[in-house]
Parts: sequence; C-alpha cells; structure tokens
Amino acid sequence: MLALQILVDGFAISALYALGATGFTLIFGVSGVLNLSHGSLMVLAAVAAWAATNELHVGAYLAALFGIGVTLIGAFATYFVVVRPLQTSRAIPKEETEIFVLTGTLLWGTMITELIAYFFTDNAKTVLPIVEGVVNVFGVRTPQNEIFTAIVCWVVIGLLWLIVNKTRSGKAVLAASMNPRGVTLLGFELSRIYVAIWAIYGVLAGIAGVLLGMFLGVSSYSAGPLTGSAFSIVVLGGLGSVSGSLVAAYVVGYLETVTAYMISPAYRFIPALLLLVVVMYIRPQGLFGRR
Amino acid sequence: MITHHQRSIRHMLLGGAAALASLLAAGQAQAADPIKIAVIAEAQAIAGASIPQAAQLAAEEINAKGGVDGRQIQIITYDNKSSATDSVRAFQRAVSDDKVNAVIASYISEVVLALEPWAARLKTVMITPGAASNQITKAIHDDYEKNKYTFHGYLTSAELAMSVCDGAKEILVNDRKMKTAVIFSEDAAWTTPLDAGYKECLPQIGLKILDHIRMSPDTTDFTPIYNKIEGEKPDVMITGISHIGVQPTVQWKSQQVPIPMLGISSQATNSTFWKDTNGAADGVLFQSVSGPGIAMTSKSVPFADAFNKKYGNFPSYAGYTAYDEVYYIADAIKRAGSTDSDKLVEALEKTDWEGTIGRIQFYGKQDQFTHGLKYGKGLITGMISQWQDGKQVAVWPAEIANGKIRFPSFIKAQNQ
Repeated sequence: MLALQILVDGFAISALYALGATGFTLIFGVSGVLNLSHGSLMVLAAVAAWAATNELHVGAYLAALFGIGVTLIGAFATYFVVVRPLQTSRAIPKEETEIFVLTGTLLWGTMITELIAYFFTDNAKTVLPIVEGVVNVFGVRTPQNEIFTAIVCWVVIGLLWLIVNKTRSGKAVLAASMNPRGVTLLGFELSRIYVAIWAIYGVLAGIAGVLLGMFLGVSSYSAGPLTGSAFSIVVLGGLGSVSGSLVAAYVVGYLETVTAYMISPAYRFIPALLLLVVVMYIRPQGLFGRR
Repeated sequence: MITHHQRSIRHMLLGGAAALASLLAAGQAQAADPIKIAVIAEAQAIAGASIPQAAQLAAEEINAKGGVDGRQIQIITYDNKSSATDSVRAFQRAVSDDKVNAVIASYISEVVLALEPWAARLKTVMITPGAASNQITKAIHDDYEKNKYTFHGYLTSAELAMSVCDGAKEILVNDRKMKTAVIFSEDAAWTTPLDAGYKECLPQIGLKILDHIRMSPDTTDFTPIYNKIEGEKPDVMITGISHIGVQPTVQWKSQQVPIPMLGISSQATNSTFWKDTNGAADGVLFQSVSGPGIAMTSKSVPFADAFNKKYGNFPSYAGYTAYDEVYYIADAIKRAGSTDSDKLVEALEKTDWEGTIGRIQFYGKQDQFTHGLKYGKGLITGMISQWQDGKQVAVWPAEIANGKIRFPSFIKAQNQ
C-alpha cells in the first residue's frame, strides 16, 4: 500500500520537475546560460495566475493562460534586459561573461521575488485548480488535479519533442545545442534561435509554475528551492541533455517522495543533494552528459 | 483660463504657504513634543502588515481627539523583513536616532526573543502584538529588574493551548463526542510550549492524543503527513501553524483528508485567507482573539470596520492587538504623566483597559507569565471561528457565536 502511494505521488511531482527542468536545460544547451532566475519565474507564473483569479476575477483556464503569458514576458525580459546586454557587453572580458550572466540572473530572480513579496506579500498563494475532486488509483485516493498535472506535463514534453525533432526551426534549435557554429555556417541566425529558445523556455516555466501553484501552492520563499531542484536535476542528468533531465527528474522526484514517506518530510531534499555530490565525484558530466 | 505660467506662480505661492505652515507647526510641536512609538513589523507578511496599519489608525484616532495631554502620537514604522537581525538594527535606530518612547514589535517569537535583551539594554518599553512563545514572559519572570521593559501583548503559547482546549471541549467533545486527536504543528519556537500545553490539556478534556507531528516550516508537500495521520484514524487534527497555512489547507481540501482541523492557524485569521486558498479554507476551525463582525467587546467591530474602510481589508490578529497597544501605551503615559521608561513600566503594569480583544491586564512580578496578558472569563478568552463560504463565522464561545459549525462534505464528522 505504501509502495503504491509512493508510486502514485512520486509520479506527478516528478513530471512537474521534468517539465521545469526541460526549459532550463534547453537554454543551457543552446546558449550556455544557467538561468538562476528560474525559480522566480515559476513563482511569477503561479502568483500571476492567482492574481488573475482574485483581482481580475477570471476563470481557471484564463488565469492559467495569464500566468503563462506573464512568465513568457518575464522570460523575454530576462533575456533582453539581463542576459543579452551582459553577453554582448565589451566591458566584460569574454572569459568572464558566464559568471556575469550567472550573477545577473541570480540578482534578477531576487528582484522578481522581492517585488512579488512587496505587492502580494510573502504568504503562499494557490492557483485555482482546473479540475477538482479525487479518484481512486490502485486503491490510493488521488486528487484529480495531480493526475491532470502529470498528463499536462507529459503532453507538453511530447509536443516539445515533436517540435524539436520534426519541424525545421526545431531542428535548428537542436542543432544549435550541439554545435552553435555549425548552425551559423548553415545560414541560421543564431540570435533568432536564442529568442525562440527563450520563448519555449518561458512557456515551459509558465506551465510548470501554474501547475505547481495548483498542485502544492507557492510563495516567494519557493523560488530558491525551485531553482535549486532544477539545477540538481539538470546537473544530475547531464547539463544540456534533455533526455538526461527527464530521467533525472524522476530519480530526484522519487528519491524525495520515498524519503518523505519512509523517513520524514523534513528531510525530503537531502538525499537528492547527496546523490548530486556523489555524481559530481564519479561522473561529473552527469548521467547522460556530453561535456 | 489659467496659463502655465500663472499656474506655476500659484504653485510657488502655495508651496511657500505650506512651508510657512509647517514652520509654524514645528514651533507648536516644540511646545508639546509628540509621543513617538516605533513599530517594527513584517510588512511583507499578511499577519505583520496589519501591525503598522492598525497602530497608525489608533494614533490618528487619539490625535483627532487632542492626543495625550495635548501631545500628538507619532508612529514610526520599520520593515524588519521577518529577520531578527534587521529588527535589532531597527530597534537600535528607533531608540538612538529617532528617540522613540516605546516600541511595538513583530509577530514572530524568534524576533521578539532577539529584541528582548535590547529592550533591557536600552531601557525602552517593548510590547509584542503577536509573538506567542512562553520564553518571552519567562525571561521577565526570571530576571525582572533587567527584562521588565518587555510586555507580552498577545496570548502566550500556554494560554493559546488553553483557549483551544476550552473551545474543543465544548464543540468537539461535548457536542460531537470526539475522542481522539493528532497534534499537527510546525517546528518553531512558539509551538514548543504550545504542544506541551496541548499534551497536558487535551487528555484532560477527553481527547486522547494518538500522535504528535512536528513538521518543518519549509514543508511544501503535505501528502505523506496527511496519509500518516489518516492511517491513525483520529477524530480531529489539533493544529499549531503560523508560518505555514495556505499550503496545508489547500492540500487538505484537494486530497479530501476526511479529518477536521481545529487549533491555531494564524494565517486563517487573515481576511485574505479565503482568496489565498481559493476557498479551500472552507470548514477550517481556528482560534483567534477577535474577528470581523464579532463583538468581543464594544470596540472590536468599530475598529475592524474603520480598518477595512481605511486599508481595504480586515486586520490580522496582530492588527487588533497592535491597535489596543497604542491605546494602552497612551493611557499609561497619561497616568504616569511621563514618558520615562521606568515610570511607564509601572503604569503599564496597572493597565486595566477594555480593548478590541477583551479586558487587558498584565500578570505581575510573582506570576508565572510576568507581563503576559491575563487569560480567563471577563478578561480574554479567545474564540473559535470557522471559514464558511468566504466568511469567518464565530462558533465559540456561545455568547458571541454568530453561526453553527458546518463541515465540507469530505469531512466525516457530524454537522450538528
């Protein structure tokens, strides 16, 4: 019974982690940017959706779309206001660009969370769920919302796979993540690919944030742990490897759930971090990493 | 038609007049210096945000009626960002630079415990509107001469446990024949004495404690905890939560945990709790000291309404206490005829003030909870409310109740 419980509960949270980490790893793969404002953008999505319901009085679907839209804008702002100016700045030596971008996105994330706390307080918010009620899965009383979360995550990941593997521009993105120079030689504008990738990222982070807001609820305090978990998943799976991130999301998600059930919910994040340290020692490129 | 030029001349004249007026006002103020009260609070948290707002409202009301012996009350607020370090810095600044006469500080026990030695060192009266830890009054009891400047303007954790047990005895044990409970609290300074209080009083009222769960305030997924509790089949979960609130409530509803919750759930006292949980709060029973539309005393409803009119929402529990605090500090200064800290302490100890949460008197030097609020009938009893259809409905004690308990359909408890 406990095993089934863990199996069912771990699945949804892992799917959510997978979705959140996918965009994060895509950006790294294509442009070498580690976006440390990731958690803040997810929180932004959930709080925007919450505000849409409670301040603008719209329904659950519109609120979710609003949350995703705001995050898309947030992702573009991250790219155009923070990342791109730092990357193209002549004042910053080339070899230090990455560390500047890292710090820049970290500060940007802090600004977003502080603004959210200022305008909407730091108390947790929850997004109006699209589906409510519970169903019985293998004898486990499961919120329909949890199942909905898992399904949406996998549908979105599936769509992403189709876009990346079957469309021309998607293939260009994939190629850029493997060899940016090769892609430019083939006549693709790299800067356009960057914009496309940040758009994809914004939508993915938005969906993940809104779903998290429906499933568990978020507050401005959640931003740090969310960035942290995306980071561990992505490093564990191998930076830049989407399939690695998906596998790693499930490893981390289940590890956390098992810990929460078998030991204590207070320790749920610890084993995954220990695993991360071990992986760094014996396989620094991650489970499926290329570099 | 007024030209742009004319308008700017008019602005200049107006500006000059305003400057002159303020100069004159400053001259008057010297004749009667304002009484300065510092408010150090968590402006970004819902519970904390009400503290400076309520204090400001009280000050404006007192000032409108002529102040204290002609002296106006001035509220100086400091946002502590829920941090003890920021609070200590604010306290030092308030006393050394802004020369305040008294301090109203924080709803977080850890913060108040960090400020208490500073109130002693800087010999400045400090009253907390919302922290609960027993340690605050214990320090005053153990070293009165040093710590006498601190007052506890909210119920101690031990009293909160008593209030919950008094309510639970009538509405759960007597009315619903409940027999078993699980204590469900967050791991924080204020819940250690609260849980000790629960463990003592719950068996006395006839609720057997099946388990005691203390969870990290960082918990985001409560599913494993609820599963464990459900397996133990208690009749009720007795809560002790403040830093968390929205997330456990939303997950309780979405997972349809069939066990009712009653206890301290500080966030549930906020009027925005229904919105924050998207209505998942329906059926949650929580202890509080006052609430919108509830006439704890004749002052409760007018205050809550005035607050709502001014700020657009109802005060958190710490709003009620902060409002009362400004009034009884003013009252004590009037009686003492001075803002001298030692005289103010003496006057505050003799406080007998009807506030918005009940009759306010402090325990004395020899009592266990020195400078804590006296608990009991005719003083402060607290109350139990329940969220129903977006409203907080008072269900205990019977004298002030304005509705009956009603649980959502997934709860397996009698409604009547």
